[in-house]
Amino acid sequence: MHNHNQCGDYLAYISDYLDGELPPEICASLEAHLRECVNCRVVVNTMRKTIELYQVTSGDETLPEGVHTRLFARLKLDD
Amino acid sequence: MIADQDFSPDFIDRLVAGDRRVFGELVERTSPKIFALGLRMLGNEQDAEDMLQETYLKAFKALPNFEKRSSISTWLFRIAANEALMLLRKRKSGASLVEVEKDDEQDDSALEIVDWCCLPEQELVSTETREKLNEAAENLSPALRMVFQLRDVDGFSITETAEILDISEDAVKTRLVRARMKLREYLSVYFKERMEGGNQHA
Repeated sequence: MHNHNQCGDYLAYISDYLDGELPPEICASLEAHLRECVNCRVVVNTMRKTIELYQVTSGDETLPEGVHTRLFARLKLDD
Repeated sequence: MIADQDFSPDFIDRLVAGDRRVFGELVERTSPKIFALGLRMLGNEQDAEDMLQETYLKAFKALPNFEKRSSISTWLFRIAANEALMLLRKRKSGASLVEVEKDDEQDDSALEIVDWCCLPEQELVSTETREKLNEAAENLSPALRMVFQLRDVDGFSITETAEILDISEDAVKTRLVRARMKLREYLSVYFKERMEGGNQHA
């Protein structure tokens, strides 16, 4: 029988779980819970996706041109 | 992520010795990420630019004291993070780190359970979604926002993030859990609306 009262306890582990930092026995217990609990599965998946979205949308690796010019001028690196 | 192995020992030696050309290369390679941190923390380009310039002015002055056994990127981000937090404090006293603790408290409100992972990729990275991502992040306290940006966006480890912010690894983990939960919650509410066809805000 699935007991939803456990969900709150497992929530605290989800972040470490996504980082692969849970001790093996807690990880196994969480994974067993996830197989039964669709709600916790949704929380895990949407949290993973949330992090991914921030990563993929921050890929722009250039400074705006004016910012770059003024920075190098201020640091006297523009000669 | 700016990995330290990207900087050779020779590069670091010349940097510490005050070689301006090498310093220029460091600025070239690291400034986009420092600027992004400023934007995330301060919310506008002008303040982010001030923070960017101050960071490198301070870094250049402090370089002779850089201890080569530590990491150049965590060292640089430490200066940048302090600069950003100082600007925040200056801007409004309400943003001090003490004030910030209020949303470090455990949030017991109900969770939004919507599986929006299946939304098409182009919807997930649309301009509107990007605005929501910024909005969600702005809703975090500076302390949570900083940890999330350093760990999840810039890719620093828990240990490095703790070093940058001069806090314990446990504090980093606690803030990271709260930041991730809050961002997930905010985005879930938004995507739920979209999945239910609430396009009036499009």
